[in-house]
Amino acid sequence: MALSMKIQASSLIAGQRRVRPMTGRRAVVIKAALELKAPPYALDALEPHMSKQTLEFHWGKHHRAYVDNMNKQIAGTPLDGKSLEEVVLASWNGGSPTPVFNNAAQVWNHTFFWESMKPNGGGAPTGKLAEAIVRDFGSFEKFKEEFKSAGLTQFGSGWAWLNADKSGQLSLSKTPNAVTPVVEGKTPILTVDVWEHAYYIDVQNRRPDYLTTFIEKLINWDVVAERYAAAQK
Amino acid sequence: MAFELPALPYDYGTLEPHVDSQTMLIHHTKHHQAYVNNLNAALDKFPELKDLGLIDINKVVGTDKVPGDVATTIRNNGGGHYNHTFFWKVMTNPSNTNGPSGAVKEAIEAAFGSVDEMKAKFNAAAAGRFGSGWAWLGVKEDGSLAITSTPNQDNPLMASLPDTTSMVPILGLDVWEHAYYLKYQNRRPEYIAAWWNVVNWEQVAVNFDAAKTGTVLL
Repeated sequence: MALSMKIQASSLIAGQRRVRPMTGRRAVVIKAALELKAPPYALDALEPHMSKQTLEFHWGKHHRAYVDNMNKQIAGTPLDGKSLEEVVLASWNGGSPTPVFNNAAQVWNHTFFWESMKPNGGGAPTGKLAEAIVRDFGSFEKFKEEFKSAGLTQFGSGWAWLNADKSGQLSLSKTPNAVTPVVEGKTPILTVDVWEHAYYIDVQNRRPDYLTTFIEKLINWDVVAERYAAAQK
Repeated sequence: MAFELPALPYDYGTLEPHVDSQTMLIHHTKHHQAYVNNLNAALDKFPELKDLGLIDINKVVGTDKVPGDVATTIRNNGGGHYNHTFFWKVMTNPSNTNGPSGAVKEAIEAAFGSVDEMKAKFNAAAAGRFGSGWAWLGVKEDGSLAITSTPNQDNPLMASLPDTTSMVPILGLDVWEHAYYLKYQNRRPEYIAAWWNVVNWEQVAVNFDAAKTGTVLL
């Protein structure tokens, strides 16, 4: 276990900075990292759409605390040494989550969130994913409206999600707090964090503006497309 | 008669440095205002519900007195309007705050051992509320004091909700991130500790006296 953690740590340190080319080979998977994984871009790289200050707190404090607290909780327990996904599913405990769940799921959710964004993101998807969006939502505009609405109507803290099933059918969902569609048997391909800490430094109460900016300027549609393809395998 | 945003009992900067003026301004004029607006919009079609008044609207959350199609909206916004109206009043100029005394102090000591032990329990409830919500000190139906926390804009008046400890609140703390993020960011425990400096113990005593007779003040 110590060795595998060391390998993870060194690959984290080694890989901590550059964006790996994601073209077509396989979708991004959340590795079995019980380490805090860095976003695939510098903390100021999403400016002006998401500030460096936000990333410093959101990744550097919130995400880091979820990792640290989860590790403290699972040390010396049967979950110690398991992959993050295993810890999330086990701690979900069939809908009666243990105290580990909030931390473990938030570790997963935040990594998935950073990887859903990129500098100069936004724009529109292409290919099969674009076709599926038109088929399942009527139009890309309609999808954007509904995704934004999901984010707006998640009362309190939580997340909005775009999911795909094995047949390629798309669906939207929203979850409270740390809940993730993974525990609902779904395969998310895109998420946006609507906890207030995700946007309060930049736009304060104006969640609608945050969501518009996320949709128009931040989404990494290449990663979403890869996840979409992987969901159907 | 529509509900209105109540004025703050002090200036936006009065609670500095413990709660910053920018937070108070946005919290009051944007967040609380939105709850008032949304509540009014939802009640527009249900005048008999509106006539209950804010406290009873909160008390019937989770019962069939609230029509299904507005139940969630009433819970979230009726709760939000009551909670924030209550909250502004249990805070005051930090130079005004002297700690509990008299009957409420005795009740605190009876329930928790000491004021400090009560604060420790309250702090734990406030820090431990995952996601958005509130921490409360209140009077239970049997007259004893208790501490609880609620998610989102729920409150202890909503006795019909499962998992709600039914109490008349006498002190409450907003732990939604919007209540502290501009000044404290992720450091919620620091916010909670600082907030004790602005607690309006006079109002808490007034709330307590009323609660002992089963009355909820607004």
